[in-house]
Formats: sequence, C-alpha cells, structure tokens
Amino acid sequence: MSTFLGMPPVGQGHLHGRPFPGEARKALSNDQQRANLRKATGTIRGKRAAVVGELDDWEQLRLAGAAIKDQVLYDLPALLDQFEAAFTAAGGVVHWARDADEAGRIVTGLVQDAGAKHVLKVKSMATQEIELNEVLEAAGITARETDLAELIVQLGHDQPSHILVPAIHRNRAEIREIFKREIPGVDPSLSDRPADLAGAARTYLREQFLDATVAISGANFAIADTGTLCVVESEGNGRMCLTLPKTLISVVGIEKLLPTWQDLEVFLQLLPRSSTGERMNPYTSFWTGVTEGDGPSDVHVVLIDNGRTRVLADEIGRQALRCIRCSACLNVCPVYERVGGHAYGSVYPGPIGAILSPMLTGFGAHADVNTTLPYASTLCGACFEACPVRIDIPEVLVHLRAAAVDAKREKKVPTAEQLAMKALGWVFEKPSRLAAAQKAGWAGSAPLGGKRGRIGALPGPVIGGWTSARDAPVVPKQSFRAWWKKSRRAGPPTTTPSPPPDPELTTGEPS
Amino acid sequence: MRVALFLTCFNDTVFPETGKAVVRLLERLGHTVEFPLAQTCCGQMHFNTGYQREAIPLARNFVDVFGEYDAVVAPSGSCAGMVRHFYPRLAEVAGDPSLSSVGPRVYELSEFLIDVAKVEDVGAYFPHRVTYHPTCHSLRMLHVDDKPLRLLRNVRGLELLELSGAEECCGFGGTFAVKNAETSTAMLADKVRHVLDTGAEVCTAGDNSCLMHIGGGLSRLRTGVGTLHLAEILASTEDDPYGVHS
Repeated sequence: MSTFLGMPPVGQGHLHGRPFPGEARKALSNDQQRANLRKATGTIRGKRAAVVGELDDWEQLRLAGAAIKDQVLYDLPALLDQFEAAFTAAGGVVHWARDADEAGRIVTGLVQDAGAKHVLKVKSMATQEIELNEVLEAAGITARETDLAELIVQLGHDQPSHILVPAIHRNRAEIREIFKREIPGVDPSLSDRPADLAGAARTYLREQFLDATVAISGANFAIADTGTLCVVESEGNGRMCLTLPKTLISVVGIEKLLPTWQDLEVFLQLLPRSSTGERMNPYTSFWTGVTEGDGPSDVHVVLIDNGRTRVLADEIGRQALRCIRCSACLNVCPVYERVGGHAYGSVYPGPIGAILSPMLTGFGAHADVNTTLPYASTLCGACFEACPVRIDIPEVLVHLRAAAVDAKREKKVPTAEQLAMKALGWVFEKPSRLAAAQKAGWAGSAPLGGKRGRIGALPGPVIGGWTSARDAPVVPKQSFRAWWKKSRRAGPPTTTPSPPPDPELTTGEPS
Repeated sequence: MRVALFLTCFNDTVFPETGKAVVRLLERLGHTVEFPLAQTCCGQMHFNTGYQREAIPLARNFVDVFGEYDAVVAPSGSCAGMVRHFYPRLAEVAGDPSLSSVGPRVYELSEFLIDVAKVEDVGAYFPHRVTYHPTCHSLRMLHVDDKPLRLLRNVRGLELLELSGAEECCGFGGTFAVKNAETSTAMLADKVRHVLDTGAEVCTAGDNSCLMHIGGGLSRLRTGVGTLHLAEILASTEDDPYGVHS
C-alpha cells in the first residue's frame, strides 16, 4: 500500500454481517436452499460458457475491459469533473456523497422536495449498499422495488443473496406463497407456473408505475464525455421507472465511469454474456440530462464514494473497482454454491464480496466480520477465470489475509494460529529441524493410526474439524529425505529396488 | 539432463513414496536427479494464510537451494504454482528481486515431462481403472491443461475414466479445510460422489494435498477406492508394476 496522508473513510450500510464460518454452517443445513442454488448456478454457468465460447476474441475483450477500467481508476478525478460538467450542461443536477449517511440524506431531501410519499426503484446494488430503502422508510417514504426478483425479496421481508438473481435462494413454490401472502387482491388459486407468477407481479407493478412521480435507479455505466447514464436490464420494468415519473434520482458509485461511448462497445459484450449468459440483454436504456417533453423533467445523480477511495488507495486491491457486477464469479464459485449469498453478510456476496466488503469497510470497527471473509475461499481460481474484467480475486484474497494477519500482530497475547505459524517457520528454517519434526510427526501420529493405518475422528479444534469427515494419514516412519540419505550415500543405484507385486488398492492411501 | 527434485515439505514428510516414484521415473527416462538436502518448504502455507513475512526467509532458502539448476521438478502443482506465481509478489514485499529468479525454471511434473523432457509415453504400465482430478492450482494457476491426461492415456493397461465436475475444487484449500471445515466437507462430499460414479479403482492427481483430502473422504466412507499420485502411476512398469517401495 502506498503512503497516504490518512486513510480514506470506511463505507457504511449493508456491508457488515456476522462472521462467515458460522453463517456458512447455518446455510449448509438448509437443504432446500442448497438444491435451489445448485440448480440455478449450474444453469447460468452452462449458458455463460456457451455464449462466451462463441467469441474468438473473448480474451482480448477481457484485456480491453480491464485496461479501460484501470484507465478510469487512474484518471478518476478528471473524469468525474468531466462527467459533472456534461451532466449539468444537459440539465441534470449532480450531488456528491461521501458515505451512506450523506447519500441517504440527499436522496431523502430530493424525494421530499418532490412532495412524494412513494417512490419506485430499479434494481440497484448501490442503493442496497447504502440501505436506502430503510433510510426512506424512516422518513415516512415507501420504496417499491420493480425488478421481479427484488420485488420477491422485498415482499418476503428478506435480503438479496445474489447480485444478478437476488431471489436465487427461493424456488417457485416459495414465491407463490410470498405473493399470496403479500400482494393485495391476488388470486388465491395462483399457480407456481413462472408465467402466472410473472403475471401476478405485472398486474401489481402496473398500478405502481402509473401512480409514481419519483423513481430511483442505479446505473451500470456513466459516460464522462457526454454525461450519459446507462442501465442494462432484462425485464423492461427498469425502463418504466426511468421514463414514466417526473423526477429521476440515480445513485451511482464513482467507479462506474467510462470515458466515452466507444468504450461501451467492450462492456456491452462483456456484461450480458458474463451475467445472464445472453449475447445481448433485452433492454439497454441511456439518458443524458433532461429532454423537454420526453421522460423525467427533474433529473439527479448522486455520486457516492462510501469507501471506494479507500479501495482505490490499495495498490493490489483496487482492481476490485473494475467490477461491473455481472456475478459470473458467484456462479462459478464452489463455496457460494454451497452456502449462498447471505453467509457473506453483505450486499456483495461470493468471491467479489469476499474482497470488496472488507476493503470498503476496513479491518477496524468490524474486524471480526471482515477478517473472516478473505478466508471464505479455497483459492481455487475459478472466479478469476470467469471474471470479464480480469479481477485476480485469489491474489486480492491473499493480500487481504496478510492485512488481517498484520493487523493482529500488535496484540500482546498471540493467537494459536500465530504460534503455530511461527513454530512451523522455525522448523522450516533448517533442514535438520525438519528432519527432527518428521520423526516426531511419525511418533505422534503412528499410535493413532489403528489397524487400517488411518487416523479417524479425533477431538480438538483443528484436527477435529479435519477428522470429523475425513480420515487423516499417519506420518510414515521414514521421510523421503531420510530414505534419500540412506539409499544415495554411495550415489544413484544402477537398478531401483523391487517392490512387492501389485498391492491392494483398498486403503484409500498411497502405497 | 541434471534435474533438481523439489519434493515439497508435505510430500517429504507424509508421502515419501511420491518422491521415490519421481526419482525412479526420471532416472528411467535418463535424467540425473538430485535432491538438495537443504530444501525445506516453499512457504505456500504461510503465504496463503496471510503470514507473508514468515514466508520470505523460506523463499530465500528456496532460491539459495535451487538457484543453480536449469530445471526444478515438483510433484505438486500447488507448490510449483506458489514459486512461479507468487514469488514475484513476495519479491516485491521483501524488496528482493532475486526471489522471482527461479520461478520460470520450476516445473510441475507433467509440464516437465511434456514441455522439457518432450515425452508423452513414459513406458508405464498400470492395469487399473483410473480417474483423474485436475487440481485447481495445476489447472488454473499453471495451466497444465491436458498434459497429465496425455501422459495417462499412454500408460499401458490403464483404463482412464472421465470424472464429472472434474474442474471443480475438492474443497481442500489448505487452511480453508480447517477454518471452514463444514463448507469444505460439503464440497468434498460432491467430489467423492463423482469419483465413485466413475467406477474407478484409483483417483489420481498431481497434488498429494488434494488427494489426502479426497482420499480421507473415500477412506472414511470405506469405499475401497484409493488415491495415488500421478508420479506413482507413471513410475509403474511391467517389470516393476505399481509400487515404489524401497
């Protein structure tokens, strides 16, 4: 990390969950959710692989996407100024928010100025991040989600668990129950056919669209040189919000900028293919300030930091700000597939959430939560491979683990892990120590091996976790180095020693 | 060719037979194998767990020990990946560029055989039904692609069975298996099921750490299916079939 005159402030909002291991354990026992997740992520994975495979230049597109975003991060202050000037010149109003509190106050004030008690919302990660619905509710304003999956989550008094498919943890039967319970006047014999469920939502939302005077959106991209905002979606409900109401307020993270329209060429290929597994998404909306007689006449954008400059200050971690919220990393992550999004304790779940949430909020006040997220991964690398903007998530995870470990170094009483790592470091410092430890390992583990020569379930916090479901091998009496020293004292043998013929392969361990 | 064996501390201690198999295989192919006794550990466990400072002296030792060799062979995609992929990062942290000097000459076993020794048929004989699990670091960090499969397809007597969901992590992940034991177990359960579905007698891979995890699950369920490092299959011959006991 480079020298900084004071670390930029941490982000606030829906970013502070409980420690990952315990939440993951709870989620694992939810068989229905696991089945839903396996089916849904498997389907999206297959679709994504097929449409990505169609492009010969996918790797070049990824490189271009990463390069454009890196350039944006490098030029961010100038591009933000450029965007502000262009957006203002087109008749829009630009607001700046340092954190969730400030963004919430600005948006609440704008809604109150418009005299509205109800607002419509387009699916937006940024507004979820700053807990906007809760803030508006506290001010007596009702926010209604219009994205079908967001609506399901909202009506179910639930939290989203996926960036693209917020209700991925729910199946059709559960959705029918939520609709029957929460939508006034819904047909009590509503079936769980997708078309019928969508029909019920459509009828309900239509009334909302026709009544609303204020809508709140996020944006997928903000084009600096023309001051244009862009929303990419599948259902068209977003477009209703963006065009029908008089007042439109967009809450946008400062990293969403692109320099020019030409840069969109790359991202409008990368995003839908990575996200929904489509060549192109059904609806892409652009708006540049105000157009007389067409669409909203009162247009605002709230540009939020909320921890982003903090991420920008981290040389290795800043690549996370390239993220275009496609969720490809979630869909390929074997950990996410088992535990779902809620275990990550943030609106940003999965691999990207495991790096973004700790960086946005830091290891300070919420140390217990954020120090567990960088370990919520096997470092298998599937996320990096799938990422359309080449965020090396494993690299950042390891970097954050180092930050978490370093933050604990100052404590007077060392943790068991610190002691173990120190001891192992000492052992590995000298080959003679390693040889002695190998002998001790054999002496310690051999008596536990029993007749099968495998170690079964044992008590204890570390080895107990391992042996609860797996047998552990016994450390052999002779290490390789001991064998080498003994057999190679007189140089390499002319023939290798003969082994016993074809032993049985039934013990689950090497010969 | 004069080849240095970097066995890895884990294999040296827990799976010495793998080291013997590598020696036997490379010598059979006409190479001179050296095992520098000053080697210990590449520092991967420290590095991946966040103890980067503790990994630096181990990386220095690695570079001291292996710096003079043209080729260093490791029967571990994970440890070879550490040296090749993460030593440059460690070099930055330590302010010591020499730490990234050896990486390009460190090869995972299948890479060495195919890219350096230029051999796909190592003359092996292993009359068993085998399935191959491509470990994450071999696959996605080193990009060994189908090199292990090409070697296995040339083993006489061996029936190679396709593993469904092969490219998905087995759930080991070093300290992940301890820090998130339940999630790791859920991933392992699926991997074990896929291995059993193949009808194989043996599951092989290029990393004993992953095999210890998968083998631990197979053994707990008393499935009768074994695990064996790729090197041990490739070392096996008709004259000297499976087994590299000394």
